[in-house]
Amino acid sequence: MSFHPNDVARRGQVATMGLAAAFVLLLGAFFRTQVLENSQYVLQSETNRLREVPLPAPRAIIYDRNGRVIAENVPGYSVSVLAPTADSLRAMLRRLGETIPLSADQIELAVRRYRRAPNRPTAILADASFDIVSVLEEHRVEFPGLIIQSAPKRHYPDGAAVASFVGYTGEITEAELASRAYRGYKAGQQVGKGGLEKEYESRLRGREGTRFVEVDARGRVVRDAGARADILPESPAPLYTNIDLDLQRLVVSLFGDTLQGGAIALDPETGDVLALHSAPTFDPNRFIGGIPADYWRALTTDPRRPLYNKVIQARYPPGSTWKLATATYALENGIATLDDMMPVPCTGGFQFGNRYFHCWDPHGHGNITLARAIEVSCDVYFYQLGLKIGIERLVGGGVALGFRERTGIDLPNESAPLFPYSVNYYNKRFGPRGWNTSVVLNLAIGQGENAQTVASMARFYTALATDGEEARPTIVRRQEPVRARVFQLSDTQMDGLRRALTGVLTRGTAAGEQVHGLAIAGKTGSAQNPDDPTKTHAWFVGFAPADHPKIVVAVMLEFGGHGGHAARLASAIIAHYLKVTPQATVMPPTEG
Amino acid sequence: MQRKVIADFPLVALALLLSVFGILMVYSAGQTDVPTVVARLYRSQIVWLAVSVVAAYLTTRASVRFFEWAAWPSYLATLVVLASLFVLGSGAGDAASSKSWLTIGGHRIGQPSELAKITVVLMLARVLASTRETPKLLVDLWRPVLVVGVPIMLILAAGDLGSCIVFVGILFAMLFWVGVPTLTLVLLASPIVSLVTASITWLWGAWFFLLIVLVWRYRPYLVEGISVVLANVCMGIIAPIIWERKLKPYQRQRLLVFLDPSSDPRASGYHVIQSQVAIGSGGWLGKGFTMGTQKRLAFLPAQHTDFIFSVVGEELGFIGVTVALTLFMILFVRAIRIATRANDTFSSLVAFGLAASWFVHVGENVGMTLNLMPITGIPLPFFSYGGSFMLACWLAVGILVRISGEGRGRADTLAI
Repeated sequence: MSFHPNDVARRGQVATMGLAAAFVLLLGAFFRTQVLENSQYVLQSETNRLREVPLPAPRAIIYDRNGRVIAENVPGYSVSVLAPTADSLRAMLRRLGETIPLSADQIELAVRRYRRAPNRPTAILADASFDIVSVLEEHRVEFPGLIIQSAPKRHYPDGAAVASFVGYTGEITEAELASRAYRGYKAGQQVGKGGLEKEYESRLRGREGTRFVEVDARGRVVRDAGARADILPESPAPLYTNIDLDLQRLVVSLFGDTLQGGAIALDPETGDVLALHSAPTFDPNRFIGGIPADYWRALTTDPRRPLYNKVIQARYPPGSTWKLATATYALENGIATLDDMMPVPCTGGFQFGNRYFHCWDPHGHGNITLARAIEVSCDVYFYQLGLKIGIERLVGGGVALGFRERTGIDLPNESAPLFPYSVNYYNKRFGPRGWNTSVVLNLAIGQGENAQTVASMARFYTALATDGEEARPTIVRRQEPVRARVFQLSDTQMDGLRRALTGVLTRGTAAGEQVHGLAIAGKTGSAQNPDDPTKTHAWFVGFAPADHPKIVVAVMLEFGGHGGHAARLASAIIAHYLKVTPQATVMPPTEG
Repeated sequence: MQRKVIADFPLVALALLLSVFGILMVYSAGQTDVPTVVARLYRSQIVWLAVSVVAAYLTTRASVRFFEWAAWPSYLATLVVLASLFVLGSGAGDAASSKSWLTIGGHRIGQPSELAKITVVLMLARVLASTRETPKLLVDLWRPVLVVGVPIMLILAAGDLGSCIVFVGILFAMLFWVGVPTLTLVLLASPIVSLVTASITWLWGAWFFLLIVLVWRYRPYLVEGISVVLANVCMGIIAPIIWERKLKPYQRQRLLVFLDPSSDPRASGYHVIQSQVAIGSGGWLGKGFTMGTQKRLAFLPAQHTDFIFSVVGEELGFIGVTVALTLFMILFVRAIRIATRANDTFSSLVAFGLAASWFVHVGENVGMTLNLMPITGIPLPFFSYGGSFMLACWLAVGILVRISGEGRGRADTLAI
């Protein structure tokens, strides 16, 4: 038996050494975990216990040119839920559904949102009414993961009156979240959905803040605040626009509930959009926090298409308002002067080949100059002027005048106007022998293969109102206006053109729509309506004061009939802007 | 022979310090944001400590010879109680399918395996002390192996894997202390190594090659050599079968998670990861007594029993861990000292066996909180909540004090 004290002592030493080794090993392991890897575990324990509740940031306030509010934020409530698993979320929402109205679809949507970001509170109601919030507060103890917080809610004091350009906001969709443009956005956030709200999303969007709530292993909210200092949301700098809210309201009131169409008012020098309205329109305030299904159905099934912007999206044949393009081209290229007459006087129509082309006035205008032809909008004169210019030059001239390009207005989804890129367009469309020079007759009077937006016609008239430079329409205030020369005429020619345009309202097609003490220059038009040939669209594009224009207005009334109707609206808009009281006058004879 | 003063003050002071430390941690473990039943457990733990200290004092009044005499009857009684668990046993927690709790009339009396550790140490010491020669050959070890093997089988059948590891640890420690050559111990352990390495073929192959070399050097009896090799082959082959058929899903899961805790972070690996996060986030000084967030917010599992050391790590930091582990180390050194100074072989073996039992507990439990050891559900001596375990720990203290008192020199007057 080797139990001699010496043997035992030796084994005791071995055991003690083994013990010491184990001690050092354990302490080393703790040192590594607690001291060396401390920060990593601190982070993990914080992620464990802290849930980040986003504090939505108010969007930037949008002002008009005089500092009046177009879009602001008002207090609202949002309801969201923190849940440890998708199943417990579903169970909780089912129970929640017994207290507040919550459809099965909403629950499934919430579960999908949860799966995308399980550590973020899942939004249940983006804009909860005060009633629902008070009911929920009563039952708060039953729903430990419930988060009710005030969330700034978008509000447009003028509602529908500004909808055409300001757009609206809504919750980001799944498709948007997946797209590149919305990188960095999270489910449940509000984004601009149309108009300025969408176009200037990056400037309007505030920086979201964060509130830290403490949860336990089962996802129950243990401490609501103070677990860590909140990161406050940041509101961005306000957005100043060129809109004149007074003028905008007037435009909207002129359209009323009955008229449909679009109108835009521009500053010809800078391109500032003073007013922009598409009628009928929608109430953007009803879109906030989710569009009610019945309202959405009403908007989408309305044959007048309230969601379609008739200033920048809809395209109409420009009609006689386009005769100024024909005239400008002829003047610039020396094809005709304002005093030139055409070989065939107007007798109410014009025989070309085997076809007879009517003038709008069956009585005829006789032998007239170009200036007079503009005033009375004589089709026969412009048929012959078109023939004189020739189809190739007229198409080329239209392209050079910018009738194929978008205006570049700072709104999303602007349509490009339709205009032939060259004569080849006709060859492609009808075949090389499928058409003849008669198309030039239609093109010269603004019919045929030509469809313009209201905005693009207004832009062309900014060139007429100045010295041949078009201004790009801009809603949001910009340092330098963007201008581009589209034609070059002498001062005499410009004066002559403006005199003729002024004559439209004094002794021409819109006679009687002039405003006492104010020289308005402009051109009426009526565009063929493919749906109903008896009801033409009424156009008027003009500017004032004629000698030193301060405003360009384009008005288009769908099924408005006579261009004079549009001219009456335009006069009222101009008079209001230039602070002149319009005079009521009798209805004049107008073009058909 | 009766001495007047039988007290080893440093040992008792260490045990008391550890117990008070432990009860404070059990109290802290109950301090959660959403209060649970754990919040009141520290009170019963105080009661158990008082009971245990009294029991330990009574133990010191008995002679070592009495322990030697009582080894046989208490060992037999232990076997009977362990066998009765098949009828009266019940499980607890996520080991609910195991039957390690003695339950009578629906009341859980305690875990007999904790007290079995003491009786097995006594019995083993008696068997080993009775042999004249130090066992050198494997065949000579059949009696001690049988003494430990029978309770291991019973406990394993009841589903308490952790205690089995402790018994194996006690067996090897006491064989070492009695002077069994290292090579013999390695050969004895070889089937276990085969079992562990069985799932990785190349590792087992390497081990088997090493074993052949060792057997050749050891030059055993032919029968002995063949049986060692055969045992290894069997373990290497039957291990996968045990894995598939015998281990309970939770046991299998625990062992798997030990190998890779992130493999299943939500389920079993969750415990280890949360424990590591708790300890790691403690830093140098910890989050403060009762202030551990992982514990408060219930991320830490079994925070008053198996994972109580994670609370130490989270709330008292590296400093607190060092203090606790140092106290344990001094306790072990003290126990080894008692073993080296004991009057006779039996006493020395008992002292070392009890120290080894504690050591395996501490090493396994503390190692588990940092994923150095698999989760087997072994409590931490003096810390973990539990009456029978506290009692067992203090009975061991009582026996050690008695052995110390009867040993050479006055241990209480010597510095350690």
